[in-house]
Amino acid sequence: MIGLRGAGVRYDERWIFRYLDFAPGAGRCVAILGPNGRGKTTLIRALLGFLALSEGSRSAPSTVGYVPQATAAIVSYRVRDVVAMGRVAQRGLFATPSRGDREAAAEALARVGLSALGGQRFDVLSGGERQLVLLARALATGADVLILDEPASALDLRNQDRFLSVVEALRADGRHTIVFTTHLPQHACAVADEALMLYGAEDHISGPVGQVLNEENLGRLYGIQVRIVDVEATVGGRMVSGVIPVFGGTAPA
Amino acid sequence: MSAPTSTRTAKSVRRFDGGAVWLVVFAVLIGVAMLAGICLGRLSLAPTGVFDSIMSWARGAPIEALEERIVLLVRAPRVLIAALSGMGLAIAGAALQGLFRNPLVSPDILGITAGAAFGGALAILLGESNTVLIGSAFAFGVVALLLVGLISRVDGRSDTMTVVLAGVVVAAMFTAFVSLIQFVADPDSTLPAIVAWLMGSFASTTWFRVGVAAPPVLIGAAGLMLLRFRVNLLSLGEDEAKSFGIRVQRERWIIFLLVALIAGGVVSVSGIVGWVGLVIPHAARLLVGPDHRILIPASGLLGGAYLVAIDTIARNASAGEIPLGVLTAAVGAPIFAILLRRMYTAEARA
Repeated sequence: MIGLRGAGVRYDERWIFRYLDFAPGAGRCVAILGPNGRGKTTLIRALLGFLALSEGSRSAPSTVGYVPQATAAIVSYRVRDVVAMGRVAQRGLFATPSRGDREAAAEALARVGLSALGGQRFDVLSGGERQLVLLARALATGADVLILDEPASALDLRNQDRFLSVVEALRADGRHTIVFTTHLPQHACAVADEALMLYGAEDHISGPVGQVLNEENLGRLYGIQVRIVDVEATVGGRMVSGVIPVFGGTAPA
Repeated sequence: MSAPTSTRTAKSVRRFDGGAVWLVVFAVLIGVAMLAGICLGRLSLAPTGVFDSIMSWARGAPIEALEERIVLLVRAPRVLIAALSGMGLAIAGAALQGLFRNPLVSPDILGITAGAAFGGALAILLGESNTVLIGSAFAFGVVALLLVGLISRVDGRSDTMTVVLAGVVVAAMFTAFVSLIQFVADPDSTLPAIVAWLMGSFASTTWFRVGVAAPPVLIGAAGLMLLRFRVNLLSLGEDEAKSFGIRVQRERWIIFLLVALIAGGVVSVSGIVGWVGLVIPHAARLLVGPDHRILIPASGLLGGAYLVAIDTIARNASAGEIPLGVLTAAVGAPIFAILLRRMYTAEARA
């Protein structure tokens, strides 16, 4: 299982994070929250092994499904080839997509609801479709751990819902351990079991979403007042926690 | 799905499925170009005569008639080396452009060509034989690549942009050395020889030279052909490729080494033949799409056809031979400009 123990990353003299223990339970969905520049992406890169730890240790399975930020490479290959890539890579230097890879890719595309787009070029898709294709690629690798770097931040509300619904379905399935970063506490409320909040390099808390995502912690995290209200959704009649940032409340110091 | 999406599908699918058809077209093109290259010249021959010469040679008959000598000893090796060079350079260019995700990259960018040019010029300056020239050009091509590797390697890894910049630095250094060699060369004998060689030519191609250039070019091209889906994977960028468990650094250098084999082999026998590795992959990409599984073989065939055709023009367009490097640049630069404009207008309208 993936995790960090007593981990720290330092750029020159500055610690980005330190003394961090992070071990998401199997089948859990964990959201990482923190203000800009607080080290969310650094933490993700360390977790993936792209970045060497300055201290502490990392454990990880051999393959991890990774969904990069929306700003990552926009290639112009076929969608079905893009989805198959993660699988093909594991089969050695000279491998090309086999029948098995194509079937797994088709299955993963069906999982994210994009079966119709297999023959499309990746670069002509909308931003929301691209993120779902990259999620399908991560699924097609067969990895048990999915790591998503701000997967839905650049999407409009409809596409956020589309993406989060797929993540929610995966979480309900329980086969994948999911870790994602986000700027939007609402996303954590919607799909995460647990949250890790990065206040400062050595100051971080984690726990079940219902406990740690409260008005006080969120207010401290972003430095603005945050209210949480429970509202009844008109669809399905369930109760939804709404996280409302109170904009305009912070006078310049 | 909404209507606009389905028309989008139709258009893009058609373009991809055309790939196999284009491969056939390019294969025919290279065949036609090679045949024309053998037939055309100061003494033009009919294709039937060419076939007769080749058949009689295949039966083991000694080469006697003038026609047979022209076909078998002069034009055949020349056409073959032009095809090999064009194929190798275009494949190398296609692989590098994919690797760097940058359409402006070509084999020249890693400093290999400049290094090989220095090696060749040095051999001519010292009055060495053709064999030494070829060996020296090849060796300095590899030295240039190693220098780029050493300069760009920081903390055990080399960043893509650093590799490109190191390539520019190393190329500039070797270009300066070439100028120095030209400066000290004898203006009556070695200087013209160096200048002519640097401009690129297949003029004095013999079977010996084919034998020298063919192994490295073929090994490099075959390696890149085998790795063509890997180039797709590496073109995703470092982080995404790494997340698949790919050892990006190592595999990138494998590809660089294959490119060095090709570029070193070509430069050593025919001097600097520019633009092919840049323009041909572009043209092929417009026709067959960006997938390297098709793009790499398509570039190879088209590059071979292109260089054979250019060389045939270089031999026949005027009384004296036009230097090949001049023609490839004169043809390549405007084509490149047109392709660039077309690409950007298409993008702007998309």
